[in-house]
Amino acid sequence: MSKEWPLWEVFIRSQHGLAHKHVGSLHAPDAEMAVNNARDVYTRRNEGVSIWVVLAGDITASSPADKSVLFEPSNSKVYRHPTFFPMPEEVKNL
Amino acid sequence: MADSNVADPKIEFLLRLADNSLVLSQRLSELCGKGPALEEDIALTNVALDLLGQARFWFAYAGELEGAGRDEDRLAFLRDAHEFRNLLLVEQPNGSYADTLMRQFYFDAWHYLLLEQLLTSSDERIAAIAEKSLKEVRYHLRRSGDLIVRLGDGSELSHSMMQRAADDLWMFTDEMFQADAVEQAMAAQGVMPELGTLRTPWINHVAEIFREATLVLPPLDAWMQKGGKQGRHGESLGYLLAEMQFLPRAYPDAVW
Repeated sequence: MSKEWPLWEVFIRSQHGLAHKHVGSLHAPDAEMAVNNARDVYTRRNEGVSIWVVLAGDITASSPADKSVLFEPSNSKVYRHPTFFPMPEEVKNL
Repeated sequence: MADSNVADPKIEFLLRLADNSLVLSQRLSELCGKGPALEEDIALTNVALDLLGQARFWFAYAGELEGAGRDEDRLAFLRDAHEFRNLLLVEQPNGSYADTLMRQFYFDAWHYLLLEQLLTSSDERIAAIAEKSLKEVRYHLRRSGDLIVRLGDGSELSHSMMQRAADDLWMFTDEMFQADAVEQAMAAQGVMPELGTLRTPWINHVAEIFREATLVLPPLDAWMQKGGKQGRHGESLGYLLAEMQFLPRAYPDAVW
């Protein structure tokens, strides 16, 4: 099975979406076919979407073991969270 | 118009469009679950669904014009092979994946050119359906052209399979450009383009993709098969219809 197509991670920005979201993965021989396949598999070809594909091997992920080191210190210090500022109505999508 | 068997050339023309899409959709559906890769399988089935949707639009309009109470289901399921008006190309068996892709590419390239011209049809309903369909067919053509290049310019085996498919299916391509009384009447009314004018752009596009795919274009003066549009089909269409129409024929009153 050495000839199996590599795995690609797929990120899609929907018509009214602001950011690309990870939607899943698929196998394809190269980036162009990965984009084509992503259209079929994940978007049903809705118009106005943007697709990113990236080789799964090119993604570096944080280790679950590092979770406490990375995220916990701020949890106990509320002053680190900018939650005390009322946001004006006009500011959207923040 | 000269042909007295042709009741209304527009209905006849719509049935040709509908039958092309329906029969090719049925062929592609046969491959559901059998694609060479999961992603290919989904893509093929998507194309089949696109074509089925197009067939429904054309059938619905043909049925309305006919005014004889035949809806899309009756037109699809209760006509026999000699009443089908599809091109011989689309009824060809799936064969190998190379055959399937080549059939698709030959058809997509023509389908795209035709629909593009139908956008300016004097019949607004036809122009509207063409516009909807063209979005899908643009993608079909991009996909099939891309795969022709990949496999034609792939391994030695894939190259030879693609070349053989190109040669085998070639004789069914000229029918796409041969206008009979129906198409002449439609062109005269501005409903559709002169079919013959699609030939050069079609050959140019196919030649360009073949060059990239390192495939040899079959001889332009080769012997060509025809008859599908007039209801004279190959043997395989009967089997295709027998399978497709079994249920509605066995249970004519069934509602689904």
